[in-house]
Amino acid sequence: MYKYDGYDHQMLADRVAQFRDQTERFLAGELPDAEFLSLRLQNGLYIQRLAPMLRIAVPYGMLSSPQLRKLAFIARHFDKGYAHFTTRQNVQFNWPALEDVPDLLEQLADVEMHAIQTSGNCIRNTTTDQFAGVAPDELEDSRAYCEIIRQWSTFHPEFAYLPRKFKIAVCGTVVDQAATQVHDIGVYIVRGPDGDTGFRILAGGGLGRTPVIGQEIFDFVEKQHLLTALEAILRVYNREGRRDNKYKARIKILVRETGVEQFRAKVHDEWQRIKDSALTLTAEEIARCQSFFRDPPYLKLTDSPEPLLEQLDEDVLFSNWHQQNVYPHKRPGYAIVTVCLKETGVAPGDLTDSQLEHIAELAERYSFGEVRISHQQNIILADVRQDQLPELYAQLKSHALSSSNLGLLTDIICCPGGDFCALANAKSIPIAESIQRRFDDIDELKDIGVANINISGCMNACGHHHVGNIGILGVDKKGEEFYQVSLGGSSKNLASLGKIIGPAFPQEEIPDVITKIVDVYKSRRQANEKFLDTYKRIGMAPFKETVYAKAD
Amino acid sequence: MQKLIKDKAIAKDPWTLLKIATGPEILTAVPGKNLIVPLQFWRDYGADLEQYGGNIALWLDSDETVSEIGDVLSTFPLIALNFPVYADGRSYTNARELRERFAYEGEVRAIGDVLRDQLYYMSRCGFNAFSLRHDQDPDACIKAFDDFKTGYQSTVMEPTPLFRRR
Repeated sequence: MYKYDGYDHQMLADRVAQFRDQTERFLAGELPDAEFLSLRLQNGLYIQRLAPMLRIAVPYGMLSSPQLRKLAFIARHFDKGYAHFTTRQNVQFNWPALEDVPDLLEQLADVEMHAIQTSGNCIRNTTTDQFAGVAPDELEDSRAYCEIIRQWSTFHPEFAYLPRKFKIAVCGTVVDQAATQVHDIGVYIVRGPDGDTGFRILAGGGLGRTPVIGQEIFDFVEKQHLLTALEAILRVYNREGRRDNKYKARIKILVRETGVEQFRAKVHDEWQRIKDSALTLTAEEIARCQSFFRDPPYLKLTDSPEPLLEQLDEDVLFSNWHQQNVYPHKRPGYAIVTVCLKETGVAPGDLTDSQLEHIAELAERYSFGEVRISHQQNIILADVRQDQLPELYAQLKSHALSSSNLGLLTDIICCPGGDFCALANAKSIPIAESIQRRFDDIDELKDIGVANINISGCMNACGHHHVGNIGILGVDKKGEEFYQVSLGGSSKNLASLGKIIGPAFPQEEIPDVITKIVDVYKSRRQANEKFLDTYKRIGMAPFKETVYAKAD
Repeated sequence: MQKLIKDKAIAKDPWTLLKIATGPEILTAVPGKNLIVPLQFWRDYGADLEQYGGNIALWLDSDETVSEIGDVLSTFPLIALNFPVYADGRSYTNARELRERFAYEGEVRAIGDVLRDQLYYMSRCGFNAFSLRHDQDPDACIKAFDDFKTGYQSTVMEPTPLFRRR
């Protein structure tokens, strides 16, 4: 994991002092609301329905045990005892008081954490695959490049007041787990003509009101040119992105209105001017950042050890969990464990202070003291010995963390929605819960197989509903909350955007609607066909017909 | 009365800003001054400005780009860049372009919605003069230049990025 040096610590301390001063001036009435707005947003602070909401950055999803304990401390002392993990690998607290935020940020700085640029019209937290560094199908660990991008984008003076927010994702694996194509910039680590790794860079992807898949701007950029390529894209966007209408201000609209050919030409023109400037990365800097992400001291082990096989035979619950939540690791004898935060009755992505502390301890005991957060709002222990899986499972179970529905219908991605968020048109957490209650049988869920549901409470799409196999969007119909359902979305390599099935439904009908959709799939699927594949084969019509059929 | 900070000190302003200038008759109303005129005014009335008895500088709005006048920049002692609202970030790019692409060495002045909490980033992008909005306290504003001791990026103030200095 990246370790701060004196420079990093100094900048963080300066930032805390700066925000303390700004907050004091705001509270004293010296700084008007409209001017404090962008300052607090760039420190992750929203004013929400019930209280301020503070979004804390988890750079590319990595957290250490001491950091988890600090989050537990903050949940306990500044919040109501829980933390919420978001779809952008960040953490949110819903109840801190504005005047406490500077102290809270100082606490975070102790463990090299912050809330810098987690909101506002600036470059946000860079995200990546939650299996970076341990996935068997990885070309190269993306985290060193994420850290390089994190530093470049943190307090970038030219790009602090962009037309709109800006999100970058990096993917180093064959199977894209980072939803890379629906980011403002998506960076793929690829092999170039001479066999060296470099980057393929897309721009103009995004969700929100106008969902778009990103388009290729650079087919191959050598490593040293990563930052100049990004700076060229950002500069064209900062200069030319629309500022007259915030709903048309994202880079995806600029790319569409300019035309990708011309946008690409403008970026390359800019890039030629800065390509070999001081911003060109050095081999030393790349090696320095890579040095923080070396393999931990793995033992020489073999796959499928006896204690694991025994337990798989004996304990069907463990076996269920193992089948869903454990993923192959690049090293023999190790496994990647996902702790699914989708227990029925708990808001997706929520953890209590004591669960955070428990996970911190388990990470130390079983996974070299580190965890990752995924954009599916789950927590990953990335380096677990296979012979210790039964023990880990028992530990998770004792803290209500052994939910075995990973990747299944009830592993729902869900934004905080109308219960908390001031932007939302409708609630989303109770919708997730009503679906989880309807589908509470693990055998039935396993029979349905891979079919993910994504729920957003408004068209800002924090719940990524466009790329859910089944997407649910809260809409406001004359003051009443309705839900629009879409089918066929995916954030994987063959990314696709869901299509709306038809008129929206009232809240109480949603579990029935999902049941009908699942029934159509079950009756029409061919051997081993996943939900998405059946949908692609048979199209929308059979689903639509069943869902809107009038009861006689 | 507008307050000016130049090179991190409160300064007297020898320039007169013509924020609005539509016709050449305005030149006779303010004779013999050092004038900052709009880019379009200079384009339309260049000949009138040749005859004017004081120095001439330009101001660009955030939707105008310095590359439009790259070849004549060095003839002006001052270029002012406007912030119609503080959240419009285009003039940051213009400032960097002035300094880095066109190696402009004159005064680069921020005008418009120029506030304490943006001064540090402005200075990193190459602004060295700040015409503060009327309600800003210049003594408090000067402290903003010390908000951070250093930054990660390659900027006008610090051309070598941190990764080459570590």
